[in-house]
This record gives sequence, C-alpha cells and structure tokens, in this order.
Amino acid sequence: MTNKLEVIDLNAWFGTHQTLKGISLSVLPRATTAIIGPSGCGKSTFIRCLNRMHEVVPGAHATGQVLLDGADIYAPGIDPVQVRAKIGMVFQRPNPFPTMSIFDNVVAGLRLNGTRKSRRDLAGIVERSLRQAALWDEVKDCLHASGVSISGGQQQRLCIARTLAVEPDVILMDEPCSALDPIATAKVEALIHELKQQYTIVIVTHNMQQAGRVSDMTAFLYLGTLVEFGPTERIFTTPEKKETEDYITGRFG
Amino acid sequence: MTPTAEPTAGSTRLSYARRRLLNGLAQGGAGLCTLAVLLPLVLIFGYLLVKGFSALNLSFFTQLPKPVGEPGGGMANAIVGTLTLIALACILGLPIGVLAGVFLAEHGHSRLGSTIRFCADVLTGVPSIVIGIYAYTLIVLPTHTFSAYAGGFALAVIMLPIVTRTTEEMVRLVPSTLREAALGLGVPAWRTTLWVVLRTARGGIITGIMLAVARVAGETAPLLFTAFGNQFWHQGLTGPISSLPQQIYTYAISPYEDWHRQAWAGALVLLVLISLTSLAVRLLTRGHARSTL
Repeated sequence: MTNKLEVIDLNAWFGTHQTLKGISLSVLPRATTAIIGPSGCGKSTFIRCLNRMHEVVPGAHATGQVLLDGADIYAPGIDPVQVRAKIGMVFQRPNPFPTMSIFDNVVAGLRLNGTRKSRRDLAGIVERSLRQAALWDEVKDCLHASGVSISGGQQQRLCIARTLAVEPDVILMDEPCSALDPIATAKVEALIHELKQQYTIVIVTHNMQQAGRVSDMTAFLYLGTLVEFGPTERIFTTPEKKETEDYITGRFG
Repeated sequence: MTPTAEPTAGSTRLSYARRRLLNGLAQGGAGLCTLAVLLPLVLIFGYLLVKGFSALNLSFFTQLPKPVGEPGGGMANAIVGTLTLIALACILGLPIGVLAGVFLAEHGHSRLGSTIRFCADVLTGVPSIVIGIYAYTLIVLPTHTFSAYAGGFALAVIMLPIVTRTTEEMVRLVPSTLREAALGLGVPAWRTTLWVVLRTARGGIITGIMLAVARVAGETAPLLFTAFGNQFWHQGLTGPISSLPQQIYTYAISPYEDWHRQAWAGALVLLVLISLTSLAVRLLTRGHARSTL
C-alpha cells in the first residue's frame, strides 16, 4: 500500500520563531493518523501545513515537502486553493457560516466555487453528505434553518458534512472535539471510524484516550520535533522513547 | 455552619442594602443620561411637527414652488432632487467606500493601510463647505455648469470616509475562523471575502451606510455651488437641481411668512424621509443583521 501523504523535512515558522523542526512522516490511505503532544508543541501548525493553511497567517511560512499521492503540494506553481479542495479541514471550534442555512452550509464549498450544478443535484449532495456525517436524521426537517441554530455537536458534524461535500481525498481534523461534550464527542468519534473506510484522516488531539480510540497510527510531537511515530497500539503500550512514555503516562503535558 | 457564619451574614445583609442603594443610584443615573440624550431628538421632532404639520398638504408633495405672494405651491422638485442627489452619492461613494473598508480590514497592516486610514480620518473632519469648493473646482468649473453630478460627487466625498471606516470595523469583527472555514473548503480568497466575510458583516455595514446617508441628506453647504438649486423640475443630471436642505435654507432666510411655514414643512419631510429610509433598510435586512453582529 502506498502512502497517501508523505511529509519530508517539514519546517514551519511564525515570523522568526520556528515552531516545526524537520518533521518527516508518512500517512497511510484509508486510515486515521493521530497527532498528539502537549500544548504548544506544534500539532496545529503541523496539520495546517498539510493543506497550506499555515501560510494564511501573516508572517507565517513553511519549507519542506508534502507529497499528496507523490506530488509535492509545496512545489512552485501549485495553487494552494486547489490543494485545500483535495485536503479538507475541520476546525477546533464548529464554524458553520452564520448567514447560511444548513442546506447552504453543506454546499457552500461548491457554491462559492461557482458550481453549475442544478438545485436537484445539490439537494442530492446535501443528503449524501449529511448522511455520511451522521446528521441527516436530525436535521432533514429543518434544512432551511440557520446553520448556527443547531447544537454545538451538530454544528461540528455539519462542518464535517460541508467538508465531505467537496469530495476531498484527505480530511484534516484539528482537535474536532475539544469544544464538544462527551456525548457529542462519542458521535464524532464513531463518525471518524465510518469515514476512514473511504477517506484518509489526520486528527490532532490533546486527548490521549481519544487518540487511542480512533487512530491506527500515532505521532508524538514535542517542542516542534517528531519524537516518535508508529502504530497506535505500540506507541501506547511499548513506547521507545522516554518522553513519549512520560507524556502517555501523564507525567507531564 | 461554622460559628463565624452569623456575624458574616449580618454584615452581608448590611452591605446588601448598601449595594442595592448604589445599584439604584447607578441605574437611575444611567437612565437620566439616556433621557438627556433622547430629549433633544424628541424636542426637535415635536417642534417640527407643531410648526411644519400645518403647512403639509398634498400639493406640498406634488407641486413646484409658487412665486412670492401666490398661496400654495410645494417642494416636489426638492424632494425628488434630494432623492436623486442621495442616489448619485450612493452610486459613486458606496462601492469605493465599502471596498476600501474591506481592503483596510483584510490587508491594512501595511504602511499603505495606515496612510489610507489616516487620510480617511482627516477627510471625515474636513468641513463640508470645503468639499463643496473641491467639487466646484473639479467639476463645475471645467463643465461650465452647476449640475446634479457635481452635487452628488460632493456628497459622495463626504460619505466616503464614514462608509470606509465603518466597513473596516465591521469586517474586522468577522471571526477569522469563518475565513479559514471557507479557505479550507478550497474557496479562493477573493470569493471568501465577497461571499463569506462581507455577507457576515452585512448588517453592520448597512448601519454605517445609513448613518452616512442620513448625514449627507441634510447637507446644505456643499450643494450651494455644486447642485446650486432650481425653482423648477431639473432638466437632466447635467443641470442644476434642487434639494430639500437648500430649499429650506432659502425659504427660512426669506422675509415671507408663507415661505417660513413651507420651510418648517420641508424640514419635517426631510427628517421623516431619513427616518423612513433607515427603518425600511433595517426591516429589509433584519434577518441577516440579527444573526451576526
């Protein structure tokens, strides 16, 4: 099986402050890769480098290579907008568009890119995406209600549906459950299990139990460097590095 | 509870009474201040109603001004003129103002941004008569005629900094997470700005626009030597045009009792016109404004 994403010597800066130092790792297709580590270790920066969202922040830049199916997304002449359509992102806080209905939120990615699809096609995409995001049954009768009128957990699944609607290859999730209660978290985690049948998922989490529950591979980041990377089960049972063991057993972080 | 609980409870009760008194004073003070702010508005409106309402009738809205001594007549041309001038000012000023505001909010961290911001602030403070002279020099002199265009241009220049600065503030309030959400879906930055950021800030921007419109609707000075005024219907936008503030000014300084009454009526109509436009725009955009800012 070839790797979906191949990260080679990735460095990232905010101004002159280097937050990622020479990270290399591979992401398997149709699997979940978790990024764990203490606050400020560069987890979010790392995942934002994977779809070129890092450089949106003024003063931020990155070097190195990220190969998506073998093609470098940092190669000159590559349009970051195209990259982000293939590598979708779900953010820490649910962020549906407040001026749009649930329906419009799901197809926002298509509409904002000037799709010529008919309303009927769009309705099909909305139903498919919401079903995939396990939200359809809860909102099918109020598709025209505002995207922010539903609960936080539903909003986050709406954001996942919105990402699915543009049919990306990879879905990046930046602590998708950190603003959710345990029940909503459980729903999103179940959803991640479903989605990995079809998509490649990279998830940042500071909740180690969550990493253990949802991921196949785990990377441990500390102070901007990759300390250890391997199958989740091995990382959690027999970590090779002392820092990893200390973090996992709760001695710091 | 512990033995110390009782004295504590006693002193709490005492300070509670004190706090209630303070709270009452603060609330009362704030209420009085609110009244003081609202009072002038009520007084102005009331006085206008008393003075102007008696001169209002159908012909005021449908007829041209009559020569001195002839009873009746109206300000139909001035009402249409004011609406025309405001429309011209909006067409010229709003796109530039809103887009400049968006630029300042999204890319205004540069030296260019602070320069534009400074210029806008200075422009806000420029007396409107100076802007009138500016429009006179720039448009009236080269074209050899007073015109609605010149008047609309002068008003647009006055609107520009107000619209720019309020748009900037409102766009700044849009959370960056919404921008990132759109960018993360593979939406280009310009579409994100137009369809997500501006749409979210819409309510606030419209409020700013209404403030600017209300401000210029009552301007007299910059129109004196640009739009000039007209006792008849205006003949196209390239000729002189009448406006309510100017008609009010002319009538108010005249020695005729009849014209004074017409001036009061004109002032009342102007005020109602501005209030109604604000109200209508607010009602039309309420659904969106409420959900966001």
